Amino acid sequence: MQVPAPFEYERATSVDHAIALMDRLGSEARLVAGGHSLLPMMKLRLANFEYLIDINDLHDELGFIRVTDDEVRIGAMTRHRELLESDELAAVFPIFRDAEKVIADPVVRNRGTLGGSLCQADPSEDLSAVCTTLNASCVIRSGDGERIVGMEEFHVGPYETAVADGQMLTEIRIPVRAGGSSAYEKVERRAGDWAVVSSGAAIWMDGANIADARVGLAAVGPNTTGIPGIAEALAGQPPSDELFAQAGAIAAASANPSTDMRGSAEYKTHLANELTQRALRRAAARAQEA
Amino acid sequence: MQVTMSVNGEEVTKEIEGRLLLVHFIRDHLGLTGTHWGCDTSNCGTCVVWMDDEPVKSCTVLAAMAGGRTVRTVEGLEVDGVLDPVQQGFIECHGLQCGFCTPGMMMTARALLDENPNPSEEEIREAISGQICRCTGYSTIIRSIQWAAAKEAETPVTVGSAS
Repeated sequence: MQVPAPFEYERATSVDHAIALMDRLGSEARLVAGGHSLLPMMKLRLANFEYLIDINDLHDELGFIRVTDDEVRIGAMTRHRELLESDELAAVFPIFRDAEKVIADPVVRNRGTLGGSLCQADPSEDLSAVCTTLNASCVIRSGDGERIVGMEEFHVGPYETAVADGQMLTEIRIPVRAGGSSAYEKVERRAGDWAVVSSGAAIWMDGANIADARVGLAAVGPNTTGIPGIAEALAGQPPSDELFAQAGAIAAASANPSTDMRGSAEYKTHLANELTQRALRRAAARAQEA
Repeated sequence: MQVTMSVNGEEVTKEIEGRLLLVHFIRDHLGLTGTHWGCDTSNCGTCVVWMDDEPVKSCTVLAAMAGGRTVRTVEGLEVDGVLDPVQQGFIECHGLQCGFCTPGMMMTARALLDENPNPSEEEIREAISGQICRCTGYSTIIRSIQWAAAKEAETPVTVGSAS
């Protein structure tokens, strides 16, 4: 039987209350949202805390998707299911629906949250790649107020983020730019598994030519840069398979996967290349349709 | 700590440890052993119960997190001696062999039909994709759920209320 080590359970009723609890309980306290990353780690005793602060009652405050002309704001307690089902979100960033369809399974998606996924910072986690692709910013709140960091700063390393003790991720903000669309491609060993490799792509068109592009990879080592080399190669060019093959090669060159039970480094490098091409093709086709 | 929740329409209050998982609370503290405890890693789905009308994997929810909420287990499917059409469907179409995955399959199926009374086979497969049947009985499970959907289309039912 897998059971977490003993801890004291607390329940927060608001963001301010959660922060006050963290301030009072110190570094031995941790927030739990959906719990589908943290509780398994606690059951394996990979993570042990003296206090667990349940923030599920904050869904009213932090469960939202707000789409405006120039920005999308998504609350950290927004659940996978809500991200999957939001037509408004899919219209502006179809990459979210692409990714959510292949994240875990419907029952897990009822619980897991955007904020929990990002804060887990698993290198194979899909929403981190989505947020990198879309150049999202993360709003981190503490007793001293709010600060906003980009994904590169947010994602410090595997299982490590810029969210320090006494702080919480409350929201992500994604800029909306004209002429854009996006897509996500993932290879998994079985339905709902972690990615062998995933690639997200966003493209912004200026007439018949690509104005800008970003790619976010998952499960190929630390990578939260959006791969600027791809934007440089694609900018000013019309979309074509040859061009996307170049981009795929750049993605493969910036991937640094390791061989493990999900596949060899060679196979994963191949996937980074191929999935980047597919994601760019779909994103470009969507951008041109729009 | 003390936790109070509604389980199959009855309010229960128990003294528990904060680390107690909902699946063990249901089985060991309430004696409702219809909910099964399988992989313990949120993969197999046999521990699925409803919390606030949504299926959840109870091996990955703390009992404390269910405090103040409404829980429905497989025992809550039958109402006044009448089986839920989903349960009847599993009988009619041989939806189980060993029966280990059955409680999770039925709770997920009930939630699916409440939301989508006429699901396609693909929609059923997607709905139960977080459940594992090691008797490899998926075809009969899908037929069982289709039987229930057809039964309900013919005779609208009102069982399905969580409390």
